[in-house]
Order: sequence, then structure tokens, then C-alpha cells
Amino acid sequence: MYNFRYHKAETIETARSLIAQSDDPKILAGGHTLIPTLKQRLSQPSDIIDISSIDELKMITLGDGFVTIGALCTHSDISNSPDIKKNIKGLADLAKQIGDPQVRHKGTIGGSVANADPAADYPAAVLALDGEITTSAENHKATNFFVDMFETSLDSDEIITGIRLKIPNSSTYKKFRNPASGYAMVGVFMARYDNDVKIAVTGASSSAYRMLDVEDSLKSNFNNDIMADVDIDTTNFNDDIHASAKYRGVILKVLLEEAILELK
Amino acid sequence: MVKINININNKAYSEEVGDNTLLVELLRDKLGLTGTHVGCDTSQCGACVIHVDGDSVKSCTVLAAQVHGKDLTTVEGLASEGQLHPIQKSFQNNHALQCGFCTPGLVMSAVDLLKKNSSPSEDEIREWFEGHICRCTGYKNIIKAVQEAITQ
Repeated sequence: MYNFRYHKAETIETARSLIAQSDDPKILAGGHTLIPTLKQRLSQPSDIIDISSIDELKMITLGDGFVTIGALCTHSDISNSPDIKKNIKGLADLAKQIGDPQVRHKGTIGGSVANADPAADYPAAVLALDGEITTSAENHKATNFFVDMFETSLDSDEIITGIRLKIPNSSTYKKFRNPASGYAMVGVFMARYDNDVKIAVTGASSSAYRMLDVEDSLKSNFNNDIMADVDIDTTNFNDDIHASAKYRGVILKVLLEEAILELK
Repeated sequence: MVKINININNKAYSEEVGDNTLLVELLRDKLGLTGTHVGCDTSQCGACVIHVDGDSVKSCTVLAAQVHGKDLTTVEGLASEGQLHPIQKSFQNNHALQCGFCTPGLVMSAVDLLKKNSSPSEDEIREWFEGHICRCTGYKNIIKAVQEAITQ
């Protein structure tokens, strides 16, 4: 690791002023992406601002048909939360498929969403659950948030405080794991609402995206029959040592069908 | 340097650590608690697992400065008054180790598992150990050891 200055911020305000005073700061939440990145010298921040002790960012609250998850909730908090299990089962299942139990005790939803890894799981859920990303500055609609690979609409001095998700009637997350890393080669989050269906895909391309065409077909006929007419456009799909674009397209079709069958 | 106050195995420590010192480096290199091992240093092998405020975590992927004010347990803190912890005893009984390099981490994870789930199924035990790598045993006797510990 390169040298950096470490700061512990006890409040969001302190964190913001530390960011303002630093040349090239990075925010540390769970650290389970950041610390490996620092170890590999892929990043050289001047200052690390540890926000992990800000307790107000660790809450899960329910109300008015929405669940709000504090940015510092860990994957383990989310997969074990009775409120999440009851209201957004697909999200509890998703969180349980990240990394391993020890990683899930540290990694946070806010960190994962801010990092916007193209193969991360949460972006699919946040998009399909009509999510809103709340920050120290403003609210971002999920549909405008995930810009590209590791790129979001966050400003460099913005801190994610929470993720607000619309509770669906039912939901599921289907994932084809990379056998070595556990990351999604392709992951599909599907949520059903009254007269509405939302689907988002992760792992397949440079950032997570909604599948509006399949959503439309399913709105009028929620049945796996519709898959016969679905043509997956793999033009912009990732094509790498883990899987070809074409293979990712095949996996996506299978996962969509599995998700429909589960929620039918 | 960062000043931290921590509790390790019920003993209070007050230490000055480098801003970029890893927790496992503090434990092993500065405090001499070498029971916690470093296998991969990439959070994949699980040899460095310890407990921080009651949860099993990989100490190679935590900065020492992050654990200020926290309660830590390492493998050295399991035995008491010369008596092995029941999990350590069942690892011994079942020959759940050969070279023993991965064992401290597996034992710490197993203790955390049984604290959170007093009667895990074989699948749940295997799933819990997903973040551990053992190159000797083929895991069979490790699973057997945890199953024996459940009944005690």
C-alpha cells in the first residue's frame, strides 16, 4: 500500500469537511473493495476517511411502501434483516450470495453501490426496485445513477447516506456466479408490482441496466412463453476471459426464464 | 500514526499504528499474536479470521486504525485455564487438520457459526466455510469436527 493519512469521521459533517480539506480523498465504509485495491497499488489516495462508525447510517427503516437501507448496512445486516426478508425477499437472497460470511460482515451496500462494479449484485436490485440513492447532497434516481463501468453520477465530495427501495409484491434475484470470484457473470433482479414488472441485469455489460422490452412483454402476459420471442442483443456485452458476450447472452435468457417461473 | 485503544482477548491495549497498517500486521508483527495466519493476503483464504465485536472477519482486509474502541478475539483467546475450547477439542478429536496453517481461521469461523446457529446442517456448515481454503484435508474432517461440536 502507498502511504495515506487515515481519519475517522464520527459524523457526516466531519466527513464532508475532511473531504474538502484533502487533495485526493477516498471514503472507507466496509473497505472490502477499497483495501484490496490499495494493497494492489491500483489507487493512491492522499487521505482515507473512515465513515464506518457513523451509526445513523446503519439503520433499516420501513414506511409508505418503501424500505430505506442505511449506506453502512452490511451484506450480513441485509440478508438477516426480518424486514428485508419479509418485504423484499429477492434482496435478502442477493445479499446472501455476495462473497462469503466474513466478507458479508464488513462489506456495505453503500460502498458497493458507490463503487459500481459492473459485476456487483446490488445495482441490479437498486434499478429493479425503483431505487433512489440518497446522499449528503441530493437524491439520485437509480435510473440516472449507474453511468458506466465504476462510474456513477456522484460528485467527488458526495457521500451516500442511504438507498430507498420500493417494496414489490414479489421479487427474485437469479445469478450465475463466476466459480472463482463469486461475482455475477450475469445477474437478473426481477420485481413484480401491481400491473408492473421491473427487471435489471448486472454483470453482462459495463454497468447494470433495465430490460424495458422484456418488462413490457411481461406486463401484458407474465408467462415464460414470452421468452420464445426475446432476442438478447449482446452487442455491448462484456467479452472477456470469464465468458464470451454470446455465452453471457445465453445465460441471461436462462436466468430470465427462471425468474419468471419463480414469480409466476 | 494513529492512536488506538482496543481490547484483545479481554486484555486492553493502547497502540500507535501506521495509517496503512493492516490489523493482521498489528496482531502478528507488533503484538506477537502469531496464531492468526496470513495465507493469501487477498481476503480469499480465511487463515486470518478473527472476531471483531463478535463477528468473524478477515483481519488482512481491515486497517488496524479501523478497530479503535472494539473488542477482538483471536485464536489465542479461545482456550481458558489450559482447557481447549470445545471446537478446538473437536478439531483435535477428528483430525480436522494436517499442516494446520488454515486451522486458526477455520476454528474462529466455526465458533462464530455455532454462536449464530446452534445446529447448522452440513450444507450450512459448508456454506459458512466458503471463504476458507484448506489444501490438506479435503474439508471432510473439518465438517465432521463442527458436527461433533454441535452435539456438545
